[in-house]
Amino acid sequence: MIEFRDVTKQYPDGTVAVDKLNLTVDAGTITVFVGPSGCGKTTSLRMVNRMIEATSGTILIDGKDIKDSAPASLRLGIGYVIQQAGLFPHRTVLDNVATVPLLSGWDKRKARSRAAELLETVGLPAEMGKRYPVQLSGGQQQRVGVARALAADPPILLMDEPFSAVDPVVREDLQNELLRLQDELDKTIVFVTHDIDEAVRIGEKVAVFRKGGVLAQYGTPADVLRYPADEFVASFVGRDRGYRGLSFLESSGIAVDQVPTTTVGQPVAGPVAEWVLVLDANEHPCGWLPPNTTVDGPLGSDSLVAGGSLYTTGTPLRGALDAALSSPASRGVVVDEDGKYVGVITARQVLDLIEGHPESVGKP
Amino acid sequence: MNWLSNNFDKVIDPLGPHLVISLLPVLFGLLISIPLGWVANRWPIARAILVPAAGILYTIPSLVLFLVLPPLLGTKVLDEINVIVALTIYTVALLVRSVADALAAVPPHVIAAANAMGYRPVRRFFGVELPLAVPVLIAGLRVATVSNISLTSVAAILGVPQLGGLFTDGFSVENYDEIVIGIVLIFLLAMIFDGLLLLIGRLLTPWARAGRAVEAAK
Repeated sequence: MIEFRDVTKQYPDGTVAVDKLNLTVDAGTITVFVGPSGCGKTTSLRMVNRMIEATSGTILIDGKDIKDSAPASLRLGIGYVIQQAGLFPHRTVLDNVATVPLLSGWDKRKARSRAAELLETVGLPAEMGKRYPVQLSGGQQQRVGVARALAADPPILLMDEPFSAVDPVVREDLQNELLRLQDELDKTIVFVTHDIDEAVRIGEKVAVFRKGGVLAQYGTPADVLRYPADEFVASFVGRDRGYRGLSFLESSGIAVDQVPTTTVGQPVAGPVAEWVLVLDANEHPCGWLPPNTTVDGPLGSDSLVAGGSLYTTGTPLRGALDAALSSPASRGVVVDEDGKYVGVITARQVLDLIEGHPESVGKP
Repeated sequence: MNWLSNNFDKVIDPLGPHLVISLLPVLFGLLISIPLGWVANRWPIARAILVPAAGILYTIPSLVLFLVLPPLLGTKVLDEINVIVALTIYTVALLVRSVADALAAVPPHVIAAANAMGYRPVRRFFGVELPLAVPVLIAGLRVATVSNISLTSVAAILGVPQLGGLFTDGFSVENYDEIVIGIVLIFLLAMIFDGLLLLIGRLLTPWARAGRAVEAAK
């Protein structure tokens, strides 16, 4: 558990970076500090491992004042993942990961075998350990950064905009990976980002900061989206916060309709009368046949109209609405966990479901 | 070339002293430049003084230095220590800027990461910053080494035994073979030690080679 008590950071020129911050980060959770640039989120993070010293106030880790430990030894017990990974270019990936164990006085063999273990944990092949950081992609480097931070098994992990320098697809992979890791490891994670989407995606708690280092709101992502504390938070989380709030609504029993289906490679009789969903041999959807299409011979994939996004049963309703809205046939395709076709759903049906939901979005 | 077979000793004997006089200053110069370069990189004001000052040192003519040093150091004019000190000064003049530049080129996020991992400053310097400075340092050392091997010959005027003696001797008796052999030997020594340093640099920085390969593949 990390407690900020009346923590203020003021620079000699009078700038207040963090203003009387009071906040408790619960043990074993991911807490995200989010806000525009200059809001003091990174300063607040860096005060935890004394990279920046607070001007006044107290920071406690498990009830112990961090000022009672020398900065270097305090940091050995706090994992830190920096933007752009910050790997040591002159050390192999394995030795990068072994850094903190070696600094903590482990012998070289033990540190390296621990490092090899961690590469596996973050999903990197063992042979990558021999490479140098420059030989890795941005996403791989960031994974190594996470492995390095975890190497000495610290109870706390500080992550300073760790995924902001990688492209969106890789970022989503890394976010999923972090959530998976956290399921196993149960660390106390403080994560800084300027991206509200990232914040609500990975945070169990979200702390929204405003300029001048003031904490504007602290709560669950669903609360922040649904009940923004003030105008600033409302505008920071954005106009489509209602839509994004759907990320937290899951549907257990969604009712689906059926449409005519056919399989790739089969002959299709005559011009089709309505939209026909085309499946592959494994019953995975691969596209639509528009009405009035005539297909000569066996159905090939070239006569198909690409489908919209797919909605997997049991996942948040945001995906269902998106599937319906992105489908050329105005009906979202619903699949099961194995990706097999289950049925279709319209946007109207999803909206009815949302409106009938007790946890409905929007102020009550 | 008959001269060479008859005067083999005259060529071989000064080789050892020549190398000692030119290479010891490289070592001393490196040991002095690292802390100076660190200071120059640490405080901008120190850099504004040290780097130009080092540049000015390099403009002092070597002969002047050889003559000014004995009274300053309390040595005899013929003492080889004068030459070693003079060449050390030139090496420092070349390397202070190299060290300062090399340290300044270490990415700030790498240093921040090292601090956050729990590095203390001294260990961080030897474990992170200095290794990353090696490529630039080696480049500076190569220039200093080649320059010292050639500059050493000037000390012949003082009578300090080394390969430059072949020049003074050759000129006095108008033996041009001796002079040419001196030039060739100094050139070869410079090439050999330049190559050796290049090799040492390669061995110390497999990571830089990996980086170049990645760049080339792009």
